[in-house]
Amino acid sequence: MRLECPICGSRDRREFYYQGDAVMLARPAEDAGADAWDSYLHLRDNPAGETRDLWQHEAGCGAWLVVTRNTVTHAVSRVALAADVKGGKA
Amino acid sequence: MRIKGKGLIDRSAPVTFHFDGRGYEGFEGDTVASALLANDVTLMGRSFKYHRPRGVLTAGSEEPNALITVGTGAASDPNVRATMQETYDGLRVRSQNAWPSLDFDVMAVNNLVSPFLGAGFYYKTFMWPRKFWEKLYEPVIRRAAGLGGLSGAHNPDTYERAFAFCDVLVIGAGPAGLMAALTAGRAGADVILADEDALMGGRLNAETYQIDGKPGHVWAADAVAELGGMDNVRLMSRTTVTGAYDQGTFGALERVNHHHGGRGKGAPLECFWRIVAKHSILAAGAIERPIAFQNNDRPGIMTAGAVRAYLNRWGVSPGKALTIFGNNDDAHRTAQDLADAGVRIAAYIDSRAEVKIAGDFPIYRGAQVFNTGGGKELESISIRTISGTEKIQTDCLAMSGGWNPTVHLTCHMNGRPTWRPDIQAFVPSEGSIPGMVAAGACNGTFSTHGCLAEGAAVAGKVLDMLGKAVPDVGLPQAEDAPYRMEPLWAVAGKGRAWLDFQNDVSVKDIKQAAVENFRSVEHMKRYTTQGMATDQGKNSNVGALAVLADATGRGIPETGTTTFRPPYSPVSIASMGAGAQGAGFAPQRFTTSHRASVEAGAPMIEAGLWYRPSYFPKAGEKTWRQSCDREVGYVRRAVGVCDVSTLGKSDIQGPDAGKLLDFVYTNTFSTLKIGRVRYGLMLREDGTVMDDGTCARLGDQHFVMTTTTAAAGAVMKHLEFVAQCLHPEWQVAMTSVTEQWAQFAIAGPKARELLNGVLDAAIDNDSWPFMACGDVSVLGVKGRLFRISFSGEHAYEIAIPSRYGDSLFRELVARAEGLGGGAYGMEALNVLRIEKGFITHAEIHGRTTAFDVGMADMISAKKDCIGKVMAARTGLVAADRERLVGMKPVGAVKLLSAGAHIFAKDAEAVRENYQGYVTSVCFSPEIGSYVGLGFVKNGPDRYGEVMRVVDHLRELEVEVEICPPVFFDQEGGRARG
Repeated sequence: MRLECPICGSRDRREFYYQGDAVMLARPAEDAGADAWDSYLHLRDNPAGETRDLWQHEAGCGAWLVVTRNTVTHAVSRVALAADVKGGKA
Repeated sequence: MRIKGKGLIDRSAPVTFHFDGRGYEGFEGDTVASALLANDVTLMGRSFKYHRPRGVLTAGSEEPNALITVGTGAASDPNVRATMQETYDGLRVRSQNAWPSLDFDVMAVNNLVSPFLGAGFYYKTFMWPRKFWEKLYEPVIRRAAGLGGLSGAHNPDTYERAFAFCDVLVIGAGPAGLMAALTAGRAGADVILADEDALMGGRLNAETYQIDGKPGHVWAADAVAELGGMDNVRLMSRTTVTGAYDQGTFGALERVNHHHGGRGKGAPLECFWRIVAKHSILAAGAIERPIAFQNNDRPGIMTAGAVRAYLNRWGVSPGKALTIFGNNDDAHRTAQDLADAGVRIAAYIDSRAEVKIAGDFPIYRGAQVFNTGGGKELESISIRTISGTEKIQTDCLAMSGGWNPTVHLTCHMNGRPTWRPDIQAFVPSEGSIPGMVAAGACNGTFSTHGCLAEGAAVAGKVLDMLGKAVPDVGLPQAEDAPYRMEPLWAVAGKGRAWLDFQNDVSVKDIKQAAVENFRSVEHMKRYTTQGMATDQGKNSNVGALAVLADATGRGIPETGTTTFRPPYSPVSIASMGAGAQGAGFAPQRFTTSHRASVEAGAPMIEAGLWYRPSYFPKAGEKTWRQSCDREVGYVRRAVGVCDVSTLGKSDIQGPDAGKLLDFVYTNTFSTLKIGRVRYGLMLREDGTVMDDGTCARLGDQHFVMTTTTAAAGAVMKHLEFVAQCLHPEWQVAMTSVTEQWAQFAIAGPKARELLNGVLDAAIDNDSWPFMACGDVSVLGVKGRLFRISFSGEHAYEIAIPSRYGDSLFRELVARAEGLGGGAYGMEALNVLRIEKGFITHAEIHGRTTAFDVGMADMISAKKDCIGKVMAARTGLVAADRERLVGMKPVGAVKLLSAGAHIFAKDAEAVRENYQGYVTSVCFSPEIGSYVGLGFVKNGPDRYGEVMRVVDHLRELEVEVEICPPVFFDQEGGRARG
């Protein structure tokens, strides 16, 4: 498996660390309530199809990435810098 | 026997090799199989289950029968296919799965009791009594059934792993692959051509076709020579592409050093490649199908294509009077080639009634072979014609049930092949592997012309996609005979007709599976074990499912195939794990004081990947405890020096550095004054403690964070996560400087005295109070000084660029010794921190909260931080949680052990009465007894209570008094003095 790091280019998956669902980007406010926090920390979809996950180019530039990937075909359709996604630039 | 004038072997280079201890002559270019056949040896192995005598069935990597062990002792390789092992002078191989000898194998008795050993036999027979399975049945079955064994010794060979990248990976160097590689190569594309054979050319080396007026193998050699001259083409022979993976990644095994006597010298035995290709062209060819009939497994019976390969490539006739049995026109070529070579053909049997074939030998149309005769080698075949049955004397039968395209790689990413009724075979489904196209026989195109044309065409398509101009390569002239066949899977009749030779699965077994309702092809496979041997059913899969389809009244496409998974052919674990044996398994990290510590005789212990000194023994000390106690004394009464460089160090800079720290630590850092250090606690978002450490402010926008050794990587990742994923708007950057700074703790009442000897400007308590930090000059080198303490003593940590670490450590230790102290190791460090109740990952082990370790007050109410919301959950701040306490033995037994469980004094030591556990223990020279840290329900509320500590593993039972976790200098005055 390979990922196209926006900074380093196409790299082998061994250079990347897999975190989990990109829902981790949307951290609730301190007073958002138990349900919002429970959902943020514990509840995950398990789709047969497209997922958006956080990966880190740990053995490369260190960038956190949002990887859009199909769990059925394994096709990677998009890799964006998490900072850009969070900041509304991507 | 060898045939004069035939074959691509080098007759000027004879070799002698040994099979089962007996010497045989061969030539360079021979495989063990071809050389044995040349010596009229047909018996090469015993079958897996019934120990039936078996000879070679094929001439390629799909060989199910002729498995041999190569080499002797620790360097022996089991289950090597004799058809793939090249001969060389001095090669020693032996047969497998036979005792006492291949010729006389006592386990062949299995063959006589075979009616009881059919499909599902294990499941039905060895059910009761249950405990017999492990003790009796399994060991006996394993001894009786099986392939070659491992030596059990350490593998002395070297292996390698490597990466390669290309525009186009061409898999297979037959006519289609060579043509594709020529087209792509001439266009200037970066090409890798991989072929599992030693000699590229595929079937061209095994056939007598002409291409452009010259023999096919000559055309192939010319093509290989041209490709070899191109800088943009890499030729990888003896390299099997074993798997297709995501995003154009392929696994490939190169057999680097199996083919000559220089094994073990220089080159590795094997190299496992990961090839990354923008496009791939599958030109893997096809595998011929055997036909199932009674006793079709006698040595001397092989596929018709294998007979041609032995004749044309190796100049060997596998018999003196051959017979041929086929259902297709391709088998005719075998008769033609044998006749041309002057080998006697005893009979040609074609299952089709209407078929054109001519030759100077007896021809039977619309006939079938239904049985064979002989012992350990074939003596006769029995055929059934329209007019009756007949017995024909023969010592080699060439059979052909048609050809199966080698679709395996196209199915490695869940693709399913497509059934083509016209050729009665599965072909690759387009798009099964992104970026891969199939060409030639593996795509169901069987004529040489068709292969060449398709190879050029798919290469053209790939070049288009790469944006490269397609060169006019010109198509060479070649035969374009149609492939005509009528399906024939199994000949009706009694007895066992073999499908899967390697796992001894017969037509009857498949039918039995259907009768017992294992009708799904996947169930049939597991029930009969068809296709589960090392050949993965390459010869038998399609035949078996055709029989299953017939038995269940379905068509073959409805019945479907089992799943093809990597690897295509066996890959040694040693090659995939190359470099990871022994010390290669994990990298070793050494501190700058490593050499000095080893020189001082310190036993080094692992701390993650790091190695740290356990203690520094002195003459006359008999136990580690004596050394440890002495080193603790250095720190408590004089001065000790300890390398603490393994702790993680993150340099954090930027206008928003303070904001980041406030967010990742529970307490506040933005208010920390420049030149000061603060202890910080870090939570995970779920409220559990992640790590702790100190953080120093060196400038307005400059902090240096330390983490524990264990969590250094995780904390770095966490900091990046927060900065990039949660607050990209903050201007802050961080980098690990763990390797860049050597850092030594200098602890004890004489710490400042020692320091002032090496600092270029002396310090005192006013200029450098407790928790102060800043730049210093150390013997002329710029360094950093932190007044922090992990021992409770007046202590500092001094940091210096790593290249000075070794000399500074030696200098500090020498000076400490001059002051009545010296170096101390991990054991003493642990005692010093336990005496003070300082926590490590023994306490913050991933299940404890700030509340549990008595630090709930450190979660600032004035700001948000990671983990704050979840840490406040009712269950995580309940008084009856297991909370940090200290403990001292008060009963007769004075020992403590970490990991022991804690119970009320008079309660039985059972799970229901469980109250907590011990995390850290040591003998405290200051207290004069063992002390421990642990977690007890309602912990701080139970100070003074006597409890019972039970270690069921070490059979230790101790009465302890629960106490506050700080045993020594509760007020902390010593660190400030």
